[in-house]
Amino acid sequence: MTPDELMDVAQGLQEKDASIPNHVRVCTAASCLSLKSDELAKQIKAELKEVGKDKDTKVRCVGCMGLCSAGPLVSVEAEDQKPVMYQKVTVENAPQIAESVASGKKVKDLVCDTDSPFFARQQKIVLENSGIIDADDINDYIANDGYQALMTAISEMQPNEVLDEITKSGLRGRGGAGFPTGLKWNMLAKTPSDTKYIICNADEGDPGAFMDRAILESDPHRILEGMALAAYATGATEGFIYVRAEYPLAIKRLKTAIRLATKNNFLGSNIGGTKFSFSIDIRLGAGAFVCGEETALIASIEGKRGQPRPRPPFPAEKGLWGQPTSINNVETLANVAPIVRKGGEWFASIGTNKSKGTKVFALAGKINNTGLIEVPMGLSLREIVFDIGGGIPDGQEFKAVQTGGPSGGCLPEEHLDMGVDYDSLRTAGSIMGSGGMIVMDKTSNMVDVARFFMEFCMSESCGKCIPCRVGTYQMHELLNRIAEGEGTMEDLAKLEELCEVVANTSLCGLGQTSPNPVRSTLRYFRHEYLELIDGKHIPAGAGQEVAS
Amino acid sequence: MSDTATKIKVATIWIDGCSGCHMSFLDIDERILELAPHIDMVYGPLVDLKEIPEGLDLVIVEGAVANDADLHHVLELRKKSKFMIALGDCAVSGNVPSMRNPIGQKDCFERAYFENADTGQQIPTNGVPALLKNAIPVHQAVKVDLFIQGCPPPADAIFFVLSELVAGRVPDPTKVTRFGA
Amino acid sequence: MSKVIRVVTLTIDDQEVTGREDETILTVARQHDIDIPTLCFLEGLSGWGSCRICLVAVEGVPKLLPACMTYCSEGMVVHTENEQIKAYRKSILELLFSERNHICSVCVSNGACELQALAQKCGMDHVSLPYRFPSYEVDSSHNLFRNDHNRCVLCTRCIRVCDEIEGAHVWDLADRGINAHVISDLNAPWGDSETCTNCGKCVQVCPTGALVQKGTAVAEMHKRRAFLPYLNAMRGNHG
Repeated sequence: MTPDELMDVAQGLQEKDASIPNHVRVCTAASCLSLKSDELAKQIKAELKEVGKDKDTKVRCVGCMGLCSAGPLVSVEAEDQKPVMYQKVTVENAPQIAESVASGKKVKDLVCDTDSPFFARQQKIVLENSGIIDADDINDYIANDGYQALMTAISEMQPNEVLDEITKSGLRGRGGAGFPTGLKWNMLAKTPSDTKYIICNADEGDPGAFMDRAILESDPHRILEGMALAAYATGATEGFIYVRAEYPLAIKRLKTAIRLATKNNFLGSNIGGTKFSFSIDIRLGAGAFVCGEETALIASIEGKRGQPRPRPPFPAEKGLWGQPTSINNVETLANVAPIVRKGGEWFASIGTNKSKGTKVFALAGKINNTGLIEVPMGLSLREIVFDIGGGIPDGQEFKAVQTGGPSGGCLPEEHLDMGVDYDSLRTAGSIMGSGGMIVMDKTSNMVDVARFFMEFCMSESCGKCIPCRVGTYQMHELLNRIAEGEGTMEDLAKLEELCEVVANTSLCGLGQTSPNPVRSTLRYFRHEYLELIDGKHIPAGAGQEVAS
Repeated sequence: MSDTATKIKVATIWIDGCSGCHMSFLDIDERILELAPHIDMVYGPLVDLKEIPEGLDLVIVEGAVANDADLHHVLELRKKSKFMIALGDCAVSGNVPSMRNPIGQKDCFERAYFENADTGQQIPTNGVPALLKNAIPVHQAVKVDLFIQGCPPPADAIFFVLSELVAGRVPDPTKVTRFGA
Repeated sequence: MSKVIRVVTLTIDDQEVTGREDETILTVARQHDIDIPTLCFLEGLSGWGSCRICLVAVEGVPKLLPACMTYCSEGMVVHTENEQIKAYRKSILELLFSERNHICSVCVSNGACELQALAQKCGMDHVSLPYRFPSYEVDSSHNLFRNDHNRCVLCTRCIRVCDEIEGAHVWDLADRGINAHVISDLNAPWGDSETCTNCGKCVQVCPTGALVQKGTAVAEMHKRRAFLPYLNAMRGNHG
């Protein structure tokens, strides 16, 4: 199939879709699905039959619409009407939804305001199809420009031209460290080998982060296309998606997507009649956080114990089964097809000087609008938390926002006006990480927060290197003592010393970054530690008053 | 420093240990005569004195801190002295006395006073200090200034450290001894 | 067609040295009598890089690198020791000593233990962290040997020698983090192992008194490792 032929197919599908007057989309990503949105979709279909609208209405089970706290979400495009989104829709509401399709009148009680900043302030690249298409229907993806980039690349572009677009785009790894994707692929492309691998890292494990899950559940073909483009640009022949077994829905949709993509020759041998061949397999992670670290991930795919090994050599030289390998995060790969389709310059025009494009964040914690958002890089924390996130519930005051999960840090109010990008977050003592954003109000005790993340790192340490294995344990013990009001100034000094040792001597990123939550809370909320040490244990929330 | 008026006042104490470190100290033999002009032994198992005197310059602790009395002693000694040495592995690391820690007090008592006792099976409580939950190294109870490893530290090592100290230098004992030496 | 191995010139502690690019910093340093302390490394077994004792500073690299697993490259400038590295080595040893029950005075390996020697060499004079005092079993089920988990440092030399040299792969790691520990077969007592060949290689390579010969008293266990370079030479293995 040539790009033009694919375009024709897409056009045909679009026309067919346009001929259907009414469209109902029900979110069936994990969060809404947990509220039985699949049954809701069935019921809506049944009710549409009741009102005689089943023939001219297409009901789709779609991916994440973002505002998880208001789920299940349903969007209705009735003939000649403005699209309407409904929130907290239950099975009992199905007749009202069907009725609204028939009558063209809104179900007023259920309307979700899509003009609110939560929706209006977002800019979607990665999530452009989320909540729009049926993840299990490859035609939906094709109708929305799906596989255009791949077909154009393999039939009209040289691999290095694809590489150039990625480099030009300034795309950086969305998994945490922010390594330039173009550079990573260049290293792989330059390493001579008959066998090279592309691995998609879908071992999302930060507490409170669910960006990758939503992408995989909502738009799996986007990842396949991104991987195929990566393979074409770098000369890889095989791909693996390493996805955690705790994401059964994502796995199911990925499997369907791979089957359909292979059937339609977007994957497999001689893709689109060209010389380019590329296949993708799925490997399931068994729940170890450390397997998100690339060398541990490789060991896990090889069937070994999930433990990291020192780098260099980097996977681009010696990766899976000793062959050159590139490991990219889900969200990184989700950006690839749009970049190839619209050009690196287009992507580079979005975001900040050194952080291009958009970033998906999972808003969680003490915030009104919990859910998934995609915003251009550089938007301020204040806009994210207060405009898009809707501020702090229950009349409480903002205290801190935790970014980057167990490797990240807690940022206080004074950083709210900081533009969010890789470098500003790092300067402030946190990291971008994969995109988890946990908001805390004045009732949160920051020593407890640090202890929580240290406990996480301690139990997720693989135990290979001494600093991480024993250091996280000892730091957790020290935090326990301080949190229980039994700590001394010597304990605090020891804690800070261990932070440095563990950060600078641990083998992999898990250990190296495990002190970050402690360090950032010590930097911004040191008085909370000191109050506990002084024996003046005062309830959290009163901390500020006592300090001043 | 050789002037008797400037002799340093030294106390030693033997808490939860085997007295082997004190024995090793005595094993410096005639070299003690070289130290004698510089030090004044004012308290310890080698001195017949009940109360710990004030104004100590140096305290040498043998043994781990394992019970109430040990704790009381090291706290008082620390208060009254300028410099404290943990002498030997028990004082430095807990060593053999700490081997009871993983087992737990209850099982230790059970073993010592019931399983291995033919008569009068009971846990002694009268006139004996209460055991701490764990036998701990001295520095986990009070600040320690110098650590001499060894079980026991060789007499040569003890002599080296003491002669350096009386000469006004703080030596590195790991150059002359090690854990388990 | 075999790959061409280049000879490179590098600087280790202000000394200009040459090495092959397939040799590690540690190998080349030792060839030139430059000492770098190690624990998990053992010549003749694959590199592991877990103990972090051999971390060295390489100019232009922001992170410290394990000398045992970092290959030489042209123009590399290596510093095997500075105040920071010395302090880190001490801290790492403190962490290790605090983890299990390393009581040298009553150990059969007393006087012949690499951990004990390392503490002395690095000037680790006391452990400033609280000891964990964990309760580990001693596996005496094997006829000839004993495994005292209290003295294990998880260097995995036993795992590597059994897998790479003996080819039996009796040993492996179970659990993770602070709970990680060495197991024989699928966590069976060593004496019940169906794969153990009783060769004792694991005992000989163990740096501490964790794996020992039965019938040895305090300070009587001396490890013999001559078989390792011999077997590697006979098999044509390099390093």
